[in-house]
Amino acid sequence: MKTITPPLDGPVCPLPLTHHDQIVLGHGSGGKMTHDLIAKVFRPPLSNPALDAGDDAAVVQVCNVAPNQAPLRLAVSTDSHVVWPLFFAGGDIGRLAVCGTVNDLAMMGAKPLYLTAGFVIEEGLDIAVLQQVVTSMQAAAQEARVQIVAGDTKVVQKGKADKLFINTSGIGSINTDIHINGSNAQPGDIVIVSGTLGDHGIAVLEARGELGFETNIQSDVAPLNHLVEAILSVSHQIHVLRDPTRGGLATSLNEIAAQSQVGILLEENQIPVHPTTAAACEMLGFDPLYVANEGKLIAIVGPDDAQVVLDAMRATLYGAGAAIIGEVGSHHPGRVLLKTAIGGTRIVDVLAGEMLPRIC
Amino acid sequence: MKHIEEYRDSHLVQGVIAEIRRMTTRRWVIMEICGGQTHAIMRYGLDQLLPAEIELVHGPGCPVCVTSLELVDKAIAIASSPDVIFTSYGDMLRVPGSRQDLFSVRANGGDVRVVYSPLDALETAKQNPAKQVVFLAIGFETTAPANGMSVLQAQKQGIHNFSVLVSHVRVPPAMHAILGAPHNRIQGFLAAGHVCAVMGYWEYLPISRQYHVPMVVTGFEPLDIAQGILMTVRQLEQGSARVENGYTRLVTKEGNQSAQAVIDRVFESCDQKWRGIGVIPHSGWRLKPEFSAFDAETRFDISEIKTDEPPVCIAGLILQGLKKPYECPAFGTQCTPITPLGATMVSSEGACAAYYRYRRD
Repeated sequence: MKTITPPLDGPVCPLPLTHHDQIVLGHGSGGKMTHDLIAKVFRPPLSNPALDAGDDAAVVQVCNVAPNQAPLRLAVSTDSHVVWPLFFAGGDIGRLAVCGTVNDLAMMGAKPLYLTAGFVIEEGLDIAVLQQVVTSMQAAAQEARVQIVAGDTKVVQKGKADKLFINTSGIGSINTDIHINGSNAQPGDIVIVSGTLGDHGIAVLEARGELGFETNIQSDVAPLNHLVEAILSVSHQIHVLRDPTRGGLATSLNEIAAQSQVGILLEENQIPVHPTTAAACEMLGFDPLYVANEGKLIAIVGPDDAQVVLDAMRATLYGAGAAIIGEVGSHHPGRVLLKTAIGGTRIVDVLAGEMLPRIC
Repeated sequence: MKHIEEYRDSHLVQGVIAEIRRMTTRRWVIMEICGGQTHAIMRYGLDQLLPAEIELVHGPGCPVCVTSLELVDKAIAIASSPDVIFTSYGDMLRVPGSRQDLFSVRANGGDVRVVYSPLDALETAKQNPAKQVVFLAIGFETTAPANGMSVLQAQKQGIHNFSVLVSHVRVPPAMHAILGAPHNRIQGFLAAGHVCAVMGYWEYLPISRQYHVPMVVTGFEPLDIAQGILMTVRQLEQGSARVENGYTRLVTKEGNQSAQAVIDRVFESCDQKWRGIGVIPHSGWRLKPEFSAFDAETRFDISEIKTDEPPVCIAGLILQGLKKPYECPAFGTQCTPITPLGATMVSSEGACAAYYRYRRD
């Protein structure tokens, strides 16, 4: 057979496309593109210490509540929900909107108190659908023991929005002795997750009919404030709490590693993933470490308290599947590493842009 | 997951690695053809467990990476046309053309949709009779049968608003190109299990003989890959050069006959341009003339495409196994998955993307 040698074009490559000029969906992925957008567009003109902390909720102080009293510390957060479809296995946009903000507040160790809700509604939406969503919001608020105390309604022309968008904002109070934030992780700390990862993302994909097969996976969307209360009552060594929503566990841990300037080493074998979620991810070419959660948290805890925190978590409704998945070190500051199932080590990076299924 | 976790068992993998260590007496350079294998190796850190004498080199088996710039530009031109629903495997959306990518088309109002199968695209065509639905039919031998099937089904069901933009590539001509190149370093191949599941491995027998190179059909789990390396090293150490099947649970010598029949029915051989490598004779498939009614290139006027690929990175050398990603000065600095300078950084299966994601230090 004749030897075929191709004429070599030489080193060639395309120009970079950085999407500097225009918003693309990847800017909303919660990953690197979102971070870059915040750093370039939002933070510079709006900068202030509470915003710049870059946590799930801002912590602010209200002074002079009463003479001789410590200033009141409040957590404040806001979150917009644009999920499609509006209803999926295990939840809906209403429950999501309440839990999203409740959880952001709880991740600062706050007790969530009051929420507001803003509705952007597309012309043509069935009132019955809206009622169903609002009922679900009330049920979630009741479960979280928060009140929705103010609201706003806007209707836009058909095609100017997709059925229903909901924004919620919330405030919660923080006890004076609680100092939980993303910059607090310390070498030697233990990393705990409250249960299986990636279930919400897969449940939503299934509801969209994008899986091409049926699963029994339910979204994990849930208010986590009671779980947080339970672990705060057994330990003063909880340094960081974060709910790994868009971008998944990998992205949240990278944020923490960067904020605290520590390295995080995970054990792949210890990371809980529901077998069905794992199978769906296998088939689609997704990594469950990057798939969204709406009812899970990461707790980074001093080593002496790791076991009591784990036990307290497991005793709660939404923490039954909690597991220790790794530890914090002083090596590789800003990096998340993973000891693989077969004994190798690799980087766990942030999600770059939009998560895309692989070709084959 | 049954039938997957067994192949990720640490003890079994370590056992095979120990056998490789015991057997290896000198340096060997082995190429894994498939981008899926490159990613598995990086993802599990398998290369870190191997003896230092074994060098793994990453092959051109990433369909997204090697799809030519011309085709990406054609896809962008078609997707930007009015009344078109452009469908594609997800990976292709981020691949930069000369001036923009399919994400930008979508941001500018184009209807670009990710599908998991060309048959989903055909379904979209049925549901949108007033639109032209185009599927970007790229890939190696693995995706060709389903892509071909979509054309046969469109013809059978009389769906005339469906067409495919085809750019298929084949593994054996790429192996010839690599082994026949003047600076070739490759002494053994891990052949791609999924490609062989479709095509069998009979095509590799003459190549292995001609270049005296062992080839082992290899799967994608850590144990599969470790086993493939073991079988290759054993042959190298013995001085033999045969084609062996290390993926017997999926691959036969003849392959999937009905899938091959679809390919033969719909496609014909053509010279193909590989991004970063160049034109390799007879390395691609295009639609046979009798299916030209379903060819997006004839349906849309895209003859005026002018490509523009300035020389910056070394993707071409990496795709041929001549360089490692970290040997590129732009790697991890100017060139990242968000600001890709080359195709190998764009695709989630590209070698540079694998190194960036899993091994940056």
